[in-house]
Amino acid sequence: MASSIRVRAILNGDTTDVQTLIQHPMDTGLVKDAKGEVIPAHYIQQLSFEHNGKAVFLADWGTAVSKDPYVKFAFKGAAKGDELKVSWVDNQGATDSLTAKIQ
Amino acid sequence: MTASFGPSVTRRLIIKGAAVVALVGFGHKLLGPWPALAAANDKYPEDAFKQKGAPDAIKALYGRDHEASDKVKLDAPEIAENGGVVPISVTTTLPDVTSISFIVSENPSALAASYKIPPGTVPAVANRLKMAKTSNVIVLVEAGGKLYSATKEVKVTVGGCGG
Repeated sequence: MASSIRVRAILNGDTTDVQTLIQHPMDTGLVKDAKGEVIPAHYIQQLSFEHNGKAVFLADWGTAVSKDPYVKFAFKGAAKGDELKVSWVDNQGATDSLTAKIQ
Repeated sequence: MTASFGPSVTRRLIIKGAAVVALVGFGHKLLGPWPALAAANDKYPEDAFKQKGAPDAIKALYGRDHEASDKVKLDAPEIAENGGVVPISVTTTLPDVTSISFIVSENPSALAASYKIPPGTVPAVANRLKMAKTSNVIVLVEAGGKLYSATKEVKVTVGGCGG
């Protein structure tokens, strides 16, 4: 199954710039559908980025993060070809993860 | 220590020791490589996300006061055309940053997102947040054990919570 995660990690000097786009509805639980029923909250709660088994960025998200969330950050100490592992878990217990190579 | 106790006690001691070593070793394997941050820090701040107003959210998340700092640069649009997707980012020149969080004051729950910044990670984040209506956006930067902030009002024409 295709991953919900798209990540681009590019080394610039000693800094790796990371951009991530994740497919996820990030439903707030406040919106009603056409039938008038509340669409239950469904949102990523924790997102983590690991390099060489060490966490380089951790996100705690609430329902106010936009649908199909995007996040950008940077970290030092990686080399070209290193792996970056991205994982998330949502409030309904679903998870996904992806390992990308730093370019 | 064992010389005066005889071979059977010695054997028991060795087996016991081996068992302890095995247990510790096995335990390590079960838990996998330790992340850089302690397990306690990885807990989802459920309570903070439940708070309605900014002061309560900040209190629940950090438990301390914050001071405005011009070393925290908050980037957010003057007017958000689409409250569902507002690009908000922060950079800071403060040293020893450990955490960055975003608050949208007028949202049903003020805390929008919180990020942990381990050593070696650049203290800057860009993300996209929902804003229910015109509101103050507050970014909190925890650095060197103290809490700093920057605030900007963002006008919202079309609300981002589906209403």
